Amino acid sequence: MRRLVVILPVALFAALLGVMVALLTDGERNNDPSRLPSPLVGKPVPEFSLPAIADNIPGGFSTDDLKGHVTVVNVFASWCIPCLAEHPLITQLAADGVRVYGINHRDKSADAITWLRRHGNPYRAIGFDADARASLEWGVTGVPETFIIDANGVIAYKHAGPITPDVLERKILPKLREVEGG
Amino acid sequence: MKQISAFLAIMMLVLLAGGTPSLAVEPDEVLADPILESRAREISTELRCVVCQNQSIDDSDADIARDMRLLVRERLVAGDDDEEVVNYLVARYGDFVLLRPPFQQNTLALWLAPPIMAVVIATLAVLFYQNYQQRRLAGTGPDPLSPSDRAELDALVDRIGSTSPPNPSNRQRSRFRSEIEEGMKPLPEGDDGASQSDNANTDSSGNQRQS
Repeated sequence: MRRLVVILPVALFAALLGVMVALLTDGERNNDPSRLPSPLVGKPVPEFSLPAIADNIPGGFSTDDLKGHVTVVNVFASWCIPCLAEHPLITQLAADGVRVYGINHRDKSADAITWLRRHGNPYRAIGFDADARASLEWGVTGVPETFIIDANGVIAYKHAGPITPDVLERKILPKLREVEGG
Repeated sequence: MKQISAFLAIMMLVLLAGGTPSLAVEPDEVLADPILESRAREISTELRCVVCQNQSIDDSDADIARDMRLLVRERLVAGDDDEEVVNYLVARYGDFVLLRPPFQQNTLALWLAPPIMAVVIATLAVLFYQNYQQRRLAGTGPDPLSPSDRAELDALVDRIGSTSPPNPSNRQRSRFRSEIEEGMKPLPEGDDGASQSDNANTDSSGNQRQS
């Protein structure tokens, strides 16, 4: 009994320490507390309908456009530096034949037009979401964010933050192959 | 002078009163219907601004917080009840938008750990206390010092006394000594099994001293 009294607190503390260390060091399970899981993964694409930025930019798309094919939806803005950083990779995805749609988040149309002219427009269609109302439906917390939608119009994956070559190789491309295969 | 202090008092009141209510909600967001507006404010204080971690959307100046406030009002005007409004946002941003975590399967540890810890700590405290009481009532303490132990203790006390700061008065020395001796005094003898283990303790400490 006396031994238990001494050992129990130490054992409890050790167990607690073990749990904490396990949670902090297990990178694969994405236990980074700043990384939010999206409840939308596994759910159908939210109801939305967005206009084009301008007449000469292919755009305006809504929920129904994301059904029937595997698509990628990329939320971006001209004022967002990480979006610029990931732009070459988005362009590459589109060049590889992936249907990439863009949601232009909280932007001014003139800025967005200039940005697209300067850096290229890889998007199949861009929805202009100046008031971020549609972004709210998508559970967007910031830009850039990228969603992978399967052929049934169900959100298969969400990546918050810029797509890096590493993220593309390890997360995006495998997921795209998975939803295209299945 | 009186006027100045009155002015200062009023300024204090204004600062104190003006500091607490949220300044984030802008006039153009406020609903015309005061009942709906107050419901919106109430809901807003329970919803987290998802980019500011620990601020409610009612407090935050972030763009997304404003969008969420507008959404809350939009849903209220559309006729949603409070729960439906909250669920609408939970469906899009997950439980993270709730500043008050719900009691559900994945939050069991969060909610139950504190009471369980409290019970464990209380139990340990009771056990410690009982243990202490038992030993006190049984009157078991260390056995009286053996003559050789006493000689060693005397030698130690003398040595400590001789190395203490210059001019240690005899009175201080003797008090020091009597305190140590007081501590070594055996408690009234008990003759139950518990004293057995205490003998063992004395033995082990004796071994330590020799090594």
